[in-house]
Amino acid sequence: MQDVSTEKKEFVPNIVAFCCNWCSYAGADLAGSSRLTYPANVKIIRVPCSCRVNPMFVLKAFQQGADGVILCGCHPGDCHYVTGNYYTRRRMALLYSFLNYMGIEKERTRVEWVSAAEGAKFAAVMNDFVKTVTELGENKRLTDLRVKEGE
Amino acid sequence: MQRIGVFICWCGSNIAATVDVEKVAEVIKSEPGVVYSANYQYMCSENGQQLVKQAIKEHNLTGVVIGACSPRMHEATFRKAASEAGLNPYMVEIANIREHCSWIHKDKDEATEKAVVLVRTAIAKVKLNAPLTAGESPVVKRALVIGGGIAGIQAALDIAEAGFEVDIVEKNATIGGRMAQIDKTFPTLDCSACILTPKMVDCAQHEKIDILSYSEIEEVKGFVGNFNVKIRRKARYVDETKCTGCKICMEKCPSKKGLNEFNMNLNTRPAIYIPFAQAIPNVAVIDPTQCIKMKTGKCGICQKFCGAGAIDYEQKDTFIERQYGAIVVATGFKPIELDNFNEYGYSDNKDVITSLELERLMNAAGPTNGVLLRPSDGEHPKVITFIQCVGSRDTSGCGKPYCSKICCMYTAKHAMLIREKYPDTEVHVFYIDVRTPGKNYDEFFRRAVEQYGVDYIKGMVGKVYNENGKLMVQGSNLIDNEQITIESDLVVLAAAIEPEPSVRKIATLLTTSIDTNNFLTESHAKLRPVESPTAGVYLAGVCQGPKDIPETVSQASACAAKVIGLLVKDKLKTNPCVAQPDEMMCNGCSQCANVCAYGAITYVDKEFRVGRGTEIRRVASVNPAVCQGCGACTVTCPSGAMDLKGFSSKQIMSEVEAICKM
Amino acid sequence: MKDVELKMLERAKALLESGEVARVVGWKKGDFYFDPSPAVFESVEELEKDFVYNWFCGANLSKYLIQIAKKEGKTAVFLKPCDTYSFNQLVKEHRIKRENVYVIAVECLAKLDVEKIKAQGVSSVVNVEVVEKKVSVTDLYGDVTVLNKPDVILTKCDTCTKTHQVKDEEIILHERPERDVDRFAEVAKLEGMTEDERFAFWREQLSKCIRCNACRNVCPACSCVKCVFDNPASGIAAKANDDKFEEQLFHVIRAFHVAGRCTDCGECSRVCPQNIPLHLLNRKFIKDIDGFYGEYQAGETSEGKTPLTSYTEGDIEAKDVFNGEAK
Repeated sequence: MQDVSTEKKEFVPNIVAFCCNWCSYAGADLAGSSRLTYPANVKIIRVPCSCRVNPMFVLKAFQQGADGVILCGCHPGDCHYVTGNYYTRRRMALLYSFLNYMGIEKERTRVEWVSAAEGAKFAAVMNDFVKTVTELGENKRLTDLRVKEGE
Repeated sequence: MQRIGVFICWCGSNIAATVDVEKVAEVIKSEPGVVYSANYQYMCSENGQQLVKQAIKEHNLTGVVIGACSPRMHEATFRKAASEAGLNPYMVEIANIREHCSWIHKDKDEATEKAVVLVRTAIAKVKLNAPLTAGESPVVKRALVIGGGIAGIQAALDIAEAGFEVDIVEKNATIGGRMAQIDKTFPTLDCSACILTPKMVDCAQHEKIDILSYSEIEEVKGFVGNFNVKIRRKARYVDETKCTGCKICMEKCPSKKGLNEFNMNLNTRPAIYIPFAQAIPNVAVIDPTQCIKMKTGKCGICQKFCGAGAIDYEQKDTFIERQYGAIVVATGFKPIELDNFNEYGYSDNKDVITSLELERLMNAAGPTNGVLLRPSDGEHPKVITFIQCVGSRDTSGCGKPYCSKICCMYTAKHAMLIREKYPDTEVHVFYIDVRTPGKNYDEFFRRAVEQYGVDYIKGMVGKVYNENGKLMVQGSNLIDNEQITIESDLVVLAAAIEPEPSVRKIATLLTTSIDTNNFLTESHAKLRPVESPTAGVYLAGVCQGPKDIPETVSQASACAAKVIGLLVKDKLKTNPCVAQPDEMMCNGCSQCANVCAYGAITYVDKEFRVGRGTEIRRVASVNPAVCQGCGACTVTCPSGAMDLKGFSSKQIMSEVEAICKM
Repeated sequence: MKDVELKMLERAKALLESGEVARVVGWKKGDFYFDPSPAVFESVEELEKDFVYNWFCGANLSKYLIQIAKKEGKTAVFLKPCDTYSFNQLVKEHRIKRENVYVIAVECLAKLDVEKIKAQGVSSVVNVEVVEKKVSVTDLYGDVTVLNKPDVILTKCDTCTKTHQVKDEEIILHERPERDVDRFAEVAKLEGMTEDERFAFWREQLSKCIRCNACRNVCPACSCVKCVFDNPASGIAAKANDDKFEEQLFHVIRAFHVAGRCTDCGECSRVCPQNIPLHLLNRKFIKDIDGFYGEYQAGETSEGKTPLTSYTEGDIEAKDVFNGEAK
């Protein structure tokens, strides 16, 4: 897609953002209604709760060519489903630490708590994340995990 | 074959100014499965909806994607429209091309491109949507209130007034709770009994209210609208239907040395007793650990004197089972045990008392008939020192980390009442902060200081010790930066309050959550403060967090409003987007139930065909009326047997793919 | 070892004869001295003919109980210390009914790895005697070679400090010296590398994988009625000519699936025909769980929640797991 729209060879990362319906998705809506800008390469997937995000979704995104994956949920203690994001926090802390152990750059993965009132935070987080991942460059590692060089 | 219709909204210029809506609709036309693609100025308008309905009928659509504003705005609108056109409402997906696209981007090409991806993603999802139907479950039009204090009483009265049956289950012999023990109430100083007892009587006389005193919850099954509760009616050894409350038994009982719990153990009561004069029900109860007849077999005096023939030494606990549509938990509080606070000398000195004990000492119906006499020698105390925050706001681990919220106000009340009644008494108060938010509260506190001359000392007390019969209170005065010792006759400790310990068992029975301080957790701290996370269970009073009487009553009435709102419905519509296990893949490992905040998952043994034979396997079963659809279980499930309708793994995976494969 | 084997055989025979159990799960002789395999014995005759317990009985028998213990009558099983953790975990997950199993705990002073012995130049092993840290290996020709025990034990035994965790078990000759080893040393070594080095390491290792599923089949935690990789609704099952998602991320997904439930029995690495150090994946999760949420050993008891199905309000944030160290 990139090569159609952009003449210059500037790297535009592909970012997948999972947002819980009650806080972060609403926070993203607020960023929109406040006309706060963040790059168009961030695409949001709505889930009922951050705890619905299976680590497999994150892996799938990377393997399909995402350059960064960010997961947003209600602040701990404010989960619409009471305890959902506490489980998310454990799962993602372990998953991200593990991916880094496999050699995946830690900057490509992120968890942020964004409430429905934090439109500005949502935009700021996305801008920062896109910037970080852009600096990092294209993600090849997860798609290359089982391919030795030269093969 | 899928037949998807796509509708791109302009939202006037909100979307159309930044997204080339016509181009999006055009590009999407060639997507596999898309048979119809249109764009329109205002999709949410009557005409816009008509466009969707028409297309569904004309093109026989199996799925609909609306590229418009946030699904949080109009998902319901378009689902309804689809449903009116004969399409299952859950076959509609929204691509958010306004809040998440046109409003945040400036470059039209970029935004248009993104809109295409977002619409494609929604198409990928909708292709995997399945028609869903909201289930229905009937509502039993009866409420259960656990706890008969002011919270339970108020909730029960409000619910009964709306015309619904209510049972109050109270573990003590009478309703009334803590408020019945209190002398006066702040900030108006009206007599607690005078405002409480009429409400108690109202409860007793209300034809819709059934008071089950001296009873406890044993077992809770079922779910919102349909709870089945087993209640233990503890043996009181007095036939409730016969006892007239004449109290002759109390007079004649020879075993009079029982500690009077109602008076905070400050005096004694007979083995057969009615807790206090205005008790409801006004029925005696026998303490079997104290009754001579029950301990030795000899005596039986009360039985002899009871004209009603109500005494029954052989009575046993009985059990009743009842159905309820909603449950209010109002189990209340108790002051903490002071074992961890030896420095204040509570256990060693009779004249170091708690505030609730002081209430009884000042109450006209209390052990001293309302005359303030110190417990050790019955003398009038001349110097009284109050110590605030005993176990509250305590991060040392000895007490509670939270503020008990009521102590500042009741201490001001005590100090004021004492100065009023006994103007020659010196009153000192050691405090960390004085917290008096609330209508007329700060004015009340200032009156204690300015009008009644109560001596407030900012500082903590190090220790209280007895020297020649005087209580020496050693503390710091932070304002003057000095150590001081006050020779006192009576020391009153504002002990922290904690939830009544039996609430833990009740929380377990109701599968509702409880925090580390044993307070029940509300569903949302701000927006759903009286609902527990378990649907159909509501929280009133201190079981949810420290609060005073006006707040408790407000919360109880709020609970009642919620309960009434539930009970007026004949049937409950259930959210169809709930978890569902594939039994063929379920291990029965219990991982999912471990993370379910709602107790929606149970396990059943089922027979399965395996090869030529059969085998019994333990498999998960989700109660769709209880499941709230968060999906925590789906990720915990190792085999992927648990999935969430409307947000299935395959659907989300396909969205991921659509976004990444650009 | 011979006397232990004899005691085990006697117990197994007695249990079967008395009718107390209907079958015994143990090891039977293979074609060679060094390849005994898990087996179910239903009669005294079968036991007398084939029962064996020697230095090569490394296999973890607990997983077999999922199916076998469903049968009529009680099942007796011999469990080494490390196997008892898997057993507890399976009881916790309701895969095995505790009351259906008669557990006999057996001694283990590490098991030997025939490949490592071969690597030392000894093949066709017909007998092994172990005294302290010395292993005397007799080969087919009667030659005896003395090897250093630490050089030839199974990798999974290198860092094992496990002790019997099944309550009310019967113990046959169990005494072991205390060991002071750090099972996380290798994980820490990898953590000390740069991201590039780690990636290179794992790519090298995982590229060897032939997707034979031996690790999955032997793993007691990987015991789903139907594996998620075979479940089309999960969205990750491989389809013909589909992308390489499952192929590439099999080990990552598998490691996450058993996180918090893996007892570190080490069977995955033992059976891997390509010698991929798979246990280092699982151990990373174990090390992180210990570090983030407090020490936890799966299978220590057969009750309670696992670290991934519990939480505390003050848990570490995902972004803080990288702070202050060179992970």
